[in-house]
Amino acid sequence: MGLLANFQISGSAISAQSMRLNTTASNMANAETVASSEQEAYRARHTVFQSHLLDHSRPMERGVKMLGVVESTAPIRKSYDPEHPMANDQGFIFTSNVDTVEEMVNMLSSSRSYQNNVEVLNTSKDLMLRTLSLGN
Amino acid sequence: MSAIDRAFSIHDDALMLRSRRTSILAANIANADTPNYKARDMDFSAMMQKVTNRDQHSITLAKTNDRHMSNGLQQAEAEIKYRNPFHPSLDGNTVDMHQEQARFSENAVQYQTSLTFLSSKVRGLMLAIKGQQ
Repeated sequence: MGLLANFQISGSAISAQSMRLNTTASNMANAETVASSEQEAYRARHTVFQSHLLDHSRPMERGVKMLGVVESTAPIRKSYDPEHPMANDQGFIFTSNVDTVEEMVNMLSSSRSYQNNVEVLNTSKDLMLRTLSLGN
Repeated sequence: MSAIDRAFSIHDDALMLRSRRTSILAANIANADTPNYKARDMDFSAMMQKVTNRDQHSITLAKTNDRHMSNGLQQAEAEIKYRNPFHPSLDGNTVDMHQEQARFSENAVQYQTSLTFLSSKVRGLMLAIKGQQ
């Protein structure tokens, strides 16, 4: 109840945002990954968030839950490079469909959200500590 | 209502409501990137009025089970409303991060204000009890 619930709310948001940051890191790392078929090519992964009820008696206090990870449906980049060791019989290679600009924006957005939630946690902690020392 | 309860007047209720509002705003900030999440906020003055009225002529339902709801605050829950977004977003989320940050820090300052009032009340009572500096 009250301020203590903030730790749960912001904590869930922080872990969700760090998962999002994680998928962004994995996408960025695999931006230039090459495969020899369209099926094997790396597809960008994105997290899906859902608001999550922490306690049924307090419907206003909602945390965040990660619903899952979806793969991007953007087309895989196909290019002709017969010299490439991963090239298939026809000489094509398949590069991942990661959009690095989109990933950069995602990274900034999630790191900002992460910072915001840390700030909320800090403020709640300060308020609680001040309440504990009431009358001193 | 005892004399000590009266000494705190409305500040203890205010503190309780402020901490509830902190949670609501924290939930808004936490769900800033959640699709279809609708930001909420508390109508503080209406809520305060309800809580103070409840104290004057309080009729509460008996609870025989932990899962029973209390009628007092549950009614006041109606004062928690959805925020009108300034601009629509494609994913149906109505959290405006800057708005929420501003309200959150405003609320935190007001919480500390109530806390300061309470603190000086406690000090005053202690002085009266001890009768010395």
